[in-house]
Amino acid sequence: MAGTTTGIPRDVTQNHTKGGVGESTLRPDGTLKVTGEFAYSSDMWHEEMLWGQVLRSTVAHAEIVSIDTSEALKVSGVYAVLTHEDLPAAKNYGMEFQDTPVLAYGKVRHHGEPVALVAADHPETARRAAAKIKVEYRELPVITDEASATAPDAILVHENRTDHAFAHVTHPNIVHRQPIIRGNAAEAAKRADVIVKGEYTFGMQDQAFLGPESGLAVPAEDGGVDLYVATQWLHSDLKQIAPCLGLPEEKVRMTMAGIGGAFGGREDISMQILASVLALRTNKPVKMVYNRYESFFGHVHRHPAKLYYEHGATQDGKLTHVKCKIVLDGGAYASSTVSVVGNASSLSIGPYVVDDVEIEAIGLYTNNPPCGAMRGFGAVQACFAYEAQMDKLAAELGMDPVELRQLNAMEQGTIMPTGQVVDSPAPVAELLRRVKARPLPPERQWETAGESADVRALPGGLSNTSHGEGVVRGVGYAVGIKNVGFSEGFDDYSTAKIRIEVINGEAVATVHTAAAEVGQGGVTIHAQIARTELGVQQVTIHPADTQVGSAGSTSAGRQTYMTGGAIKNSCEIVREKVLEIGRRKFGSYHPAWANAELLLEGGKVVTDGGEALATIADVLEDQVVEVEEEFRHRPTQAFDIVTGQGNGHVQYAFAAHRAVVEVDTELGLVKVIELACAQDVGKAVNPLSVIGQIQGGTTQGLGVAVMEEIIVDPKTAKVRNPSFTDYLIPTILDTPTIPVDYLELADPNAPYGVRGIGEAPTLSSTPAVLAAIRAATGLELNKTPVRPEALTGTL
Amino acid sequence: MRVNFTVNGRPQEADDVWEGESLLYVLRERLGLPGSKNACEQGECGSCTVRLDGVPVCSCLVAAGQVEGREVVTVEGLAEFAKEREAHSGCASGACGTSIDEAKRWEAKPAQDSQTGEGVELSPIQQAFIDAGAVQCGFCTPGLLVAADEMLERNPSPTDADIREALSGNLCRCTGYEKILDAVRLAAARQGEAV
Repeated sequence: MAGTTTGIPRDVTQNHTKGGVGESTLRPDGTLKVTGEFAYSSDMWHEEMLWGQVLRSTVAHAEIVSIDTSEALKVSGVYAVLTHEDLPAAKNYGMEFQDTPVLAYGKVRHHGEPVALVAADHPETARRAAAKIKVEYRELPVITDEASATAPDAILVHENRTDHAFAHVTHPNIVHRQPIIRGNAAEAAKRADVIVKGEYTFGMQDQAFLGPESGLAVPAEDGGVDLYVATQWLHSDLKQIAPCLGLPEEKVRMTMAGIGGAFGGREDISMQILASVLALRTNKPVKMVYNRYESFFGHVHRHPAKLYYEHGATQDGKLTHVKCKIVLDGGAYASSTVSVVGNASSLSIGPYVVDDVEIEAIGLYTNNPPCGAMRGFGAVQACFAYEAQMDKLAAELGMDPVELRQLNAMEQGTIMPTGQVVDSPAPVAELLRRVKARPLPPERQWETAGESADVRALPGGLSNTSHGEGVVRGVGYAVGIKNVGFSEGFDDYSTAKIRIEVINGEAVATVHTAAAEVGQGGVTIHAQIARTELGVQQVTIHPADTQVGSAGSTSAGRQTYMTGGAIKNSCEIVREKVLEIGRRKFGSYHPAWANAELLLEGGKVVTDGGEALATIADVLEDQVVEVEEEFRHRPTQAFDIVTGQGNGHVQYAFAAHRAVVEVDTELGLVKVIELACAQDVGKAVNPLSVIGQIQGGTTQGLGVAVMEEIIVDPKTAKVRNPSFTDYLIPTILDTPTIPVDYLELADPNAPYGVRGIGEAPTLSSTPAVLAAIRAATGLELNKTPVRPEALTGTL
Repeated sequence: MRVNFTVNGRPQEADDVWEGESLLYVLRERLGLPGSKNACEQGECGSCTVRLDGVPVCSCLVAAGQVEGREVVTVEGLAEFAKEREAHSGCASGACGTSIDEAKRWEAKPAQDSQTGEGVELSPIQQAFIDAGAVQCGFCTPGLLVAADEMLERNPSPTDADIREALSGNLCRCTGYEKILDAVRLAAARQGEAV
C-alpha cells in the first residue's frame, strides 16, 4: 500500500498511545455483533407494546374516493386504525420539499404509498386488520417518463407547488433543472476530428440494506415520545417528525438503535412518524418492522436515468467538447432529487479536462417510486454514461482506452465545468496506471488437473451450464469523480461533545455525537481520533441521540471528514483546557510547561521532545473537562441556475477499476473474475475499514452492472419485483476477488488529510464491468443491468 | 399452541404461539433471542440461519410447530456450542458434526458483560469475523457465523470455492464478501494450528 502523505502539519500517527489514527483497530461493537447481542432497531421490545402496520396503495396514481376502516376496527386485538383524518398536526413532511404525505389524502401518487395505519397486539393481527380496510380509488393516468411528464396536457403530479426550485423549471412535473454552460461547445465541436454520441439507460437500484425499516415509539408522561430508530441523520428526522406530531422538538427524544446498513436509503423518514402517531394515539409503545416486500416500498431508491451524450476529440485524442442531457426520474415525491440533479450535472463529464461543455440535468416528478439518496448520489448514473463514451471514443480513434483517459485526465489545478478549481490531489492518471499494471488473473481457471471442469469457476456456476464452451474473456476500465460532503452552499456541520475524566486512576474520554454508525466503522475511528488527540487508551462511545448537536447525515462520504473533524476539533479544545489545568497546578515545577509544545500521549502530558511532565490523571484528579463544539468544512456556493458556475463542492474523491469478466455467449451469463480498484483515500484513518468500504462499494456497482434493477411496469407504474427472490443482489458466488490499492495523498483542507471514501468505488465499478462485457462480446450494451437476453440477442 | 423445544441447550416453552408463526418469530419475539435476524423473512438472505438438529436452516421458513421436541442452536449459543464440540470430539476428520446426545448435554452460558462484550468468550469463527474486518453493519453476521461454523465442522480445510459454495445462501450488502472469506480462512487456519 505505497503512498505519499503530504499536507499534514504533524505526523500524529507516531505516538505512544495504541489504537490511534492510522491503525487498523477493531470495531468496538464487534463482539456484540458476532454474539447476536447488538440491538438493532428491529430488536426493540417493550412491555405491553403493540405492533404497527401500514396499509399501502395498490395503484400508482388515483384519487381516493373513500376509506372504510369499520371492518378493521372490529378485529379483536386491534387498538387503532388511522387515516389522514386522524393525524394530529402537519400532514406532510420531506427533507428538501414538504411534499410527502404522512398518510395519503386526496390522491395517491405512487404504488405502495401509505394510506392507513393499524396498531394491534400481534403483527399478524395488524396485517389482517389492515387487509380489511376498504379503499376506493378512482385511477388516473400514470406519468412514467420525460415524455409523459412534460407533455403540455400532462396531469400534474403535484399541483400548487411552492418550493424554491419551482421558479426555474420549464414544467411543473420537473422537480429541478441544472444547466452548466462553460466555453462554447458548438464552436469547439468544429475542432473535433471525431464525434461520438450515445444514449444510455440506468435502471432503478435499491439500497437493499439488510436491516429492515423498524423501530419503537414509546409515549412519554409529558405528552412527548421517545423514539428508537435506525436513521442516517437523527436531527433531520427530528425536524420533520416534530411538526407532524404537533410537538416541540424537545418532546421528541430520539435515540439511535442499531442500523442494519443504509447506503442512502435511511436518509428520508420511513416509519418514524407512523409509529409515533400510533403510540401517541394508543398511549402504548408501538413497534414497527417492515418486511422485505414492504421495505421495497418503504424507502426511496436510486434515480433511474436516461443520459444523452456527445463527446468530441481531436485525432490525437484530446477532448474538444462534451454535450449531455441527463434525465433523472425522481418519482412521486422530491426527496433529495434537487441535490441529485446538482451532482449529476456538476460531475457529468467525469474526471477529465474539458473546457467547452453544454450540460443539462433535470429531475422529474412521475408516478414511479420516489427516488433519492443512494451511495454515489447522481454521480453514479453519469459515470456509467461518460465512461461508455470514453471507450466509444477510444475505439473510434483507434486508441487504447486507458491511454485516452490518461491523456485527458484531470489533475490538481484542473477547472471543473462549474469553474471550480480542483485544489487538492487528483491522481486520476495514476489510479488508472495502477489498476492496469496489475497482473491479469490466469485464464481458464475452471480447468482442473482431473478431466472435468470446476463449474464453480465458470459463468452459470453450479447450475452446470457450461464446461467452458462459448466462454470468452473481456477486460474493461473505468474511473470516476465524486464530491464529498454536502454541497451548493448548504451549511454542513457536525458536533462533538468530548469529556475527559479520571476513573479508577486512569484518564478516560467519552465521545458523544449524533452520528449514525451504519456499518462503515465511524465508532471505530471516533475512538481512534480521541486516543490520538487526548493520549488516552480508554474511550467510551456514547450512544447517538438528539441530546447532543447534529452530526449531519452519514452520507456523501462525509462522516470521517465532518464528525471526525468535529471530534478532533473538540479534543483539541479539551486538550488545551487540560494543559491549562496542568500549567496552573504544575507549571512552577518544570520550565517546559511554559516553553515547550505540549502533547497528550500515553496517558501523560509530554513535550514535543518526548519528555513526560505529568500524568493526565494527576493533572485532572477529580476535575472533568467537557466540550461540545460544532465543526464546519469550508463554505460552498450554490450553482448559478443559468450557467451552473460556482464553487459548489467541498472536496472530490477518485477511484478507478479494472474488471475482468468471462461471458458465456450462448446463454448470456456473466462471471466477473476480478474487479481491481485503486483509490485515493487522503489518509487511511483505519486501513482495514477503508478496504472494507472500497470492496463493499465496488460490489454494489457490480450488482447494478449485471443484476440489480427494480422493475416498474411502464403501463401501470407498479413495482414488479419487490423481493429478494426477484430483485437480486450479488451473493458471495457472484462477487469476485477485489484487490484494493489505495493512495494517501492528503487534502490539506481536511482533518488528517482525509478524503471521503465510501462512494467513489460505487461509481467506476459499474462502467468497468460493462466495458469488460463489451470487450468480451463486441456488443454495444447501453443499459444497466446487462441481462442475459441483451447478450444473446433474444430481447 | 404451546411449543416445547431446546434452544442453545436449554429447554424452552413458548406459549400462545399462533400457528402461522415462524421459528424466527418465536426466537426473536417470545424467547428474547433476537440474534437471528429478520432481513427478508422469505428464505433468500440467510440472516436468520440457525441449526435445527444440527442442520443449518432459515428459521423464517420453519413453522414454530415444526420444532416441537427438537434442538435449535442460534448465534447466541454459538460460542458455547463450539467449545463443547472442541471438548468432546475436536472433529478434525470433517465428517462428524455434533450428535444430538452431545448437543443435549450442553448449555449456553450468559455473556459476562453484554453491554460491551468484554470478557465474552467467542468461538473461533466469531473471533475471526472481528479480526478480519468481516463485520460492518453486522446484520448478516449471525446467519453467516452459523453457516460458516457448520461448514468448518464438516470441512476444516475448505478451498475458496468451498467457502463460496457453503455461504452462497447468505447475503451481505456491506462488505463485498472479501473480508468474510478472509475470516473463514483465518478461522480454518487457527483451527488447523490448534489441532
